[in-house]
Amino acid sequence: MVDISSTTDEAAMHIPQAAMLAIQSLTKTYCSAQEQIAVLRGVCVHVSAGESVALTGESGSGKSTLLHLIAGLDEADGGSIRIDDTEVIALADRDRAAIRRDRIGLVFQQFNLIPSLTVADNLAFQSRIAGRHDSHWQNELVDRLGLGNLLKRYPEQLSGGQQQRVAIGRALAVRPSLLLADEPTGNLDEATADDVTDIALDLVKRTGCAFLMATHSTRLAAKLDRKVRLSAGRIA
Amino acid sequence: MKQGYWILAVLLSHWRRHPLQLMTLMVGLISATALWSGVEALNQQARASYDRAAAVFGGSRTAMLVGQRSSSFSQQLFVDLRRAGWRVSPVVEGRVRVQGRPLRLLGIEPVTFPAQAGSIPAVGAPDLKSFITPPGEALVAPETLTALAGTEGAALRTDDGESLPPLKVHARLAPDVVVVDIGLAQSILHLQGRLSRLLVGNTRSRLPPLETVAGDMLRYVEADAGTDLEHLTDSFHLNLSAFGLLSFLVGLFIVYSAIGLAFEQRMPMFRTLRACGVSSRQLNGVLLIELLVLAIAGGLIGLACGYLIAAGLLPDVAASLQGLYGAQVSGALALRPEWWGAGLAMSAIGTLAASATSLLKVIRLPVLAAAQPYAWRQSQRRWLGWQGVTAAAMLLAAIIVLTLGDSLISGFAVLALLLLGAALALPVLLALVLRIGERSSRRPLVVWFWADSRQQLPALSLALMALLLALAVNVGVGTMVESFSKTFTAWLDGRLAADVYVNAMSEAEARDIEASLRARQEVTAILPSGRAEIEIGGRPVEILGLADHATYRDRWPLLESRPNAWGDLKSGEAAFVSEQLARRLKRRPGDRLDVGTPTGDWSLRIAAIYADYGNPKGQIAVNIDAFTTRFPDLPRTRLGLRVSPGKIAPLIDDMRKAFHLDESRLSNQSTLKMESKVIFNRTFAVTAALNTFTLGVAGVALLTSLLTLSHSRLPQLAPLWALGVTRRQLAGIEFLKTIFIAFITAMLALPLGLLVAWCLIAVVNVRAFGWRLPFHVFPLHLAELVVVAMLASLLAMLIPLLRLMRMPPAALIRIFSNER
Repeated sequence: MVDISSTTDEAAMHIPQAAMLAIQSLTKTYCSAQEQIAVLRGVCVHVSAGESVALTGESGSGKSTLLHLIAGLDEADGGSIRIDDTEVIALADRDRAAIRRDRIGLVFQQFNLIPSLTVADNLAFQSRIAGRHDSHWQNELVDRLGLGNLLKRYPEQLSGGQQQRVAIGRALAVRPSLLLADEPTGNLDEATADDVTDIALDLVKRTGCAFLMATHSTRLAAKLDRKVRLSAGRIA
Repeated sequence: MKQGYWILAVLLSHWRRHPLQLMTLMVGLISATALWSGVEALNQQARASYDRAAAVFGGSRTAMLVGQRSSSFSQQLFVDLRRAGWRVSPVVEGRVRVQGRPLRLLGIEPVTFPAQAGSIPAVGAPDLKSFITPPGEALVAPETLTALAGTEGAALRTDDGESLPPLKVHARLAPDVVVVDIGLAQSILHLQGRLSRLLVGNTRSRLPPLETVAGDMLRYVEADAGTDLEHLTDSFHLNLSAFGLLSFLVGLFIVYSAIGLAFEQRMPMFRTLRACGVSSRQLNGVLLIELLVLAIAGGLIGLACGYLIAAGLLPDVAASLQGLYGAQVSGALALRPEWWGAGLAMSAIGTLAASATSLLKVIRLPVLAAAQPYAWRQSQRRWLGWQGVTAAAMLLAAIIVLTLGDSLISGFAVLALLLLGAALALPVLLALVLRIGERSSRRPLVVWFWADSRQQLPALSLALMALLLALAVNVGVGTMVESFSKTFTAWLDGRLAADVYVNAMSEAEARDIEASLRARQEVTAILPSGRAEIEIGGRPVEILGLADHATYRDRWPLLESRPNAWGDLKSGEAAFVSEQLARRLKRRPGDRLDVGTPTGDWSLRIAAIYADYGNPKGQIAVNIDAFTTRFPDLPRTRLGLRVSPGKIAPLIDDMRKAFHLDESRLSNQSTLKMESKVIFNRTFAVTAALNTFTLGVAGVALLTSLLTLSHSRLPQLAPLWALGVTRRQLAGIEFLKTIFIAFITAMLALPLGLLVAWCLIAVVNVRAFGWRLPFHVFPLHLAELVVVAMLASLLAMLIPLLRLMRMPPAALIRIFSNER
């Protein structure tokens, strides 16, 4: 079930009860030397558990900023972000880090693997620091992601598609409530992108987490349950 | 806790993947800790030895009564003082030789020995009987027992045939000291009924004045007054410490460079860790733990190396201290727990100081900041301007401290400010040179050469600063040592003007010797001399009596004199004053100097100032006849002889046979000169060794910087290769660039080094020792150092260049397509 609200406050009142992610009236402005740039202007988005939502929009529309604010990587100027009934905006850096560690899986366009760790260690890293490492689940992820014979390799020895599969595995190894992906296929060819997205969606279904993916590709966006379009900092 | 473990594991995994970087960091840490702790071990060993010596003599730590006119006095004075209530304890002291080894024989009286005089001679009650009843005991340090190849219980004989009681080891005794019961000592030293000093114990009761009991026979010496080894050797140890700290600083340059690079390379990792839910506090906490783990590991290895360095240098340091100050330093290195603790603490503090800026960057790291590799180097460029301003401020501060300060510490502060200011100014000056080169070039590859050199500069600047410091200090210390060497030889010829020196046992023997010498034609002059110890301004001063003879007139190393100075000296109303004493008292030729003598105050006009290098005490020289008048009780036992060339050895042989004079009483000028030169060379052998270590560390700094840089520079070189420049050509250009930058650095190090030499000679030496050397420049030495610097750079470049020349094209293609 998906509910994409408009930018109005009235619309924002219709929040589904089971929303894993509930964003209301979110604003963010960046200050440059000459001017203030409003990147998000009262955004409201809801994503339920087990639901996959594609966040589309032109470059500079605020997709990445929105994902960063949800993950607690950046601080919003106003509004509300609730993950599983926890208000993220009110949290201190330490608590935001804990939410990220325990409840959120993050996948980036640049993979952001740890270059000095092997594939196996990269996969296990987040679940280990969250104290929720489950070797059965990791083995399952390894099988599903097709990483079985790459476990001892280092990221620099992998192709882009392989690296992104490791990144997805790392994000899901902690069994997050919410998986956030920022252009995860931006560096991949079409076939690999399809493959990676299919695997991610399959795993999301199996874990029952909410999935919000920023993407430029309408073809990939169509694979997800719902699309949300951001334009000039507002939901279009 | 578990989270911290996994985060630490991730951080450490970086080093596993970059072993070269880890090696660089460890080399820096190890060399910094090793050199500092090595020098500290030497200082600690020396100070421990002084403590042992002070405890033995009970001298500098205990108040005492000594003879007013001679080195020994009647035992009756001891009895009289005890009866009058003075808690005094008698000591007899003299020198004996056992198996050719000179030993200090100390006779004590354990029953009256004051408790505060030190634990050594305080023979405990159970041992008292065996110590004082025949055959008695001879207490020696373990080192002495080893040196004499004896065993406990063995009874040795002196070379004069006197029997010593059975040996017993006393761990806290100073080396080359033998402690026996006073009765035995008096017998061995032929001093029956005589004492050398009386140790004064604490008492609360009111004592009768010393004069009423002992008349003018004894003089009271306060505790800690007189010859205090620690005080005398302070300058020597300060010089060593300064070298240790300089080496530590050069080592930290490597640590700073390695940590900066590692942090920069790990910025994306830090960002990922933060994205995975590691809080800023956790990340910084674990980074701190990682640094401390590395610091302790490097520190422990550094301490082990420091021990080896100290053990290697100890014989030279001990010989220098013995030769210069008569200080006995034990040859076996014993290290205290404080040394280990201090070494590890220095390693940790150094690591944290070197990584402070990098840590600060991580603390302030916005988790979303795009982590661009080597962005820190870009930002360093912005600091170039600030660096120039700081350098100028430091150089200005050096001038101010030079002008206003007059202590040794301020002398070292001038040196430190000068060196740091120059090091900070180096990248600014190099950038200027490279910019000029770039602007005056037209051909594209040449323009790129200059531009790329400039881009490389921030990454290389720390290693170049280390090289500049090491070279400058080498030039500075080398110039000082060479200047000293050149001056020292000429000075020694002047001071040791006579060919043979005689010190008779008594005045009667001196007269007999003189009479026999007058009959020998090869003896062209007999020059009586005298020596006494006095105090001026509360510090010990030697007073020499010199004969009025051409031997001295032609050779005595006068630095500054009044007209007819030798004539004034002969009149007995004038004195020559050593340079260090003149500086300490702020006197010049023409000023007056009052000297306390047994016959009353003696007012002397200063006729000249002379060089007296290496002597920690002040010294004045007066005419021998005037000296004898003023010190009538001092026996005239010293003679200097001028002897026809080639006749010295037979004369010495004849005198030995006729008068039974040993080496301490009959010396050949050439032997004395040789011994002095050996002491000189050993003193500077330590300096030379530390100098070489520092230069070696700077070479390693350059090597490690070039190695890490060679890897990071491939993305800049790959496009040139893609555009048609061969790998060989690229390697050639890299070679030229590094050599050029190193050459400019060496060229800048030369004037800086000469400035350092001037500071050492005209500021530090003057404030530390009281004398100033003539300043000489040695072009050959300078050229040699430039060649060494170029060779070090060449060696440092070798591996990166070979790596570049042999790099497979596939690797360059990958870099070109992926990392641009």
